Amino acid sequence: MHELGVVFHIMDSLEKVAEENEVTGISKVVLELGEVSTVIEDYLQNCWKWAARKRALFAEAELVVEKLPAVTWCDDCEKTYPTVAHGKICPYCGSPHTWLLQGNEFNIKEIEVY
Amino acid sequence: MKDVRILEIRQSVFADNDRQAEALRAELREKGVFLLNLMSSPGAGKTTTLMRTIEALGEAFRIGVMEADIDSDVDARTIAQSGAKVIQLHTGGMCHLDAAMTRQGLEGLETGDVELAILENVGNLVCPAEFDTGASRNAMILSVPEGDDKPLKYPLMFSVCDVVLINKIDVLPYFDFDLEKCREYIRMRNPDARVIPICAKTGEGIDAWADWLRAEIRSWRGSMQ
Repeated sequence: MHELGVVFHIMDSLEKVAEENEVTGISKVVLELGEVSTVIEDYLQNCWKWAARKRALFAEAELVVEKLPAVTWCDDCEKTYPTVAHGKICPYCGSPHTWLLQGNEFNIKEIEVY
Repeated sequence: MKDVRILEIRQSVFADNDRQAEALRAELREKGVFLLNLMSSPGAGKTTTLMRTIEALGEAFRIGVMEADIDSDVDARTIAQSGAKVIQLHTGGMCHLDAAMTRQGLEGLETGDVELAILENVGNLVCPAEFDTGASRNAMILSVPEGDDKPLKYPLMFSVCDVVLINKIDVLPYFDFDLEKCREYIRMRNPDARVIPICAKTGEGIDAWADWLRAEIRSWRGSMQ
């Protein structure tokens, strides 16, 4: 829902990184996006294209999004299961006492620079 | 062919904002300004609850309010009637406030003599939860017509809150809203969150909310020494 704001945040952070590393341009930005994070990849790509045109450092930067699967842990039967397929209720024992182990990440993994 | 190299970044997209928020929180601590971040969906009753809060605590603390909206100043005009210091922030389409915008707002408010600064965040249960504003405490309002299942649908919002106000309890008889079920859903997401049922319109429950806030400000001040 806040893809554009997020894109600005990423670009702000990377401008600092570029300055510290004497980078003249960025050709690729790789993000890790959890399956159940609140960010939608298609919107993110569109916002990226729009914002990249306005900032010289990103004019040629391709955005690559690597998806991380969402995994939930059940406190009662101590098993893990895929979050998207089963949601909050454990498919093995029916317990609602479950927690997201992984899947809401949103990280800048690496960038390709010149 | 350009000579390319890879830089490993390995940081959360929110890391930069989190750092700014920590810095702001530390500064506010030094100045003795308690910042409350108030969040909810649009129409849950943030402004009405705020009016009641100012009524209840306006004598004990010098209060400053920052109204964040995409556009308009209707909320700021309403709050100005209470006599509290108020500033309207326009996010210009952005769905949340981040730490840098909060800092600008506080500067506009001239926090010199303000003891309790309240940020009325943009009405939205998704984005404000992701961005730490630097607040001392986070509060959210869930109103009865929205339904008791919201903690299941917007888990992050409920997990970042120190207190959840359940507003509009005067209309409970007309809605399929199960207060106990709602408490249970909130507990599942955040066992530490305090839940206070209120009705900002009639004033019911406002005392309990004001007591909670007063106690939090005291303990925050106490932990400074």
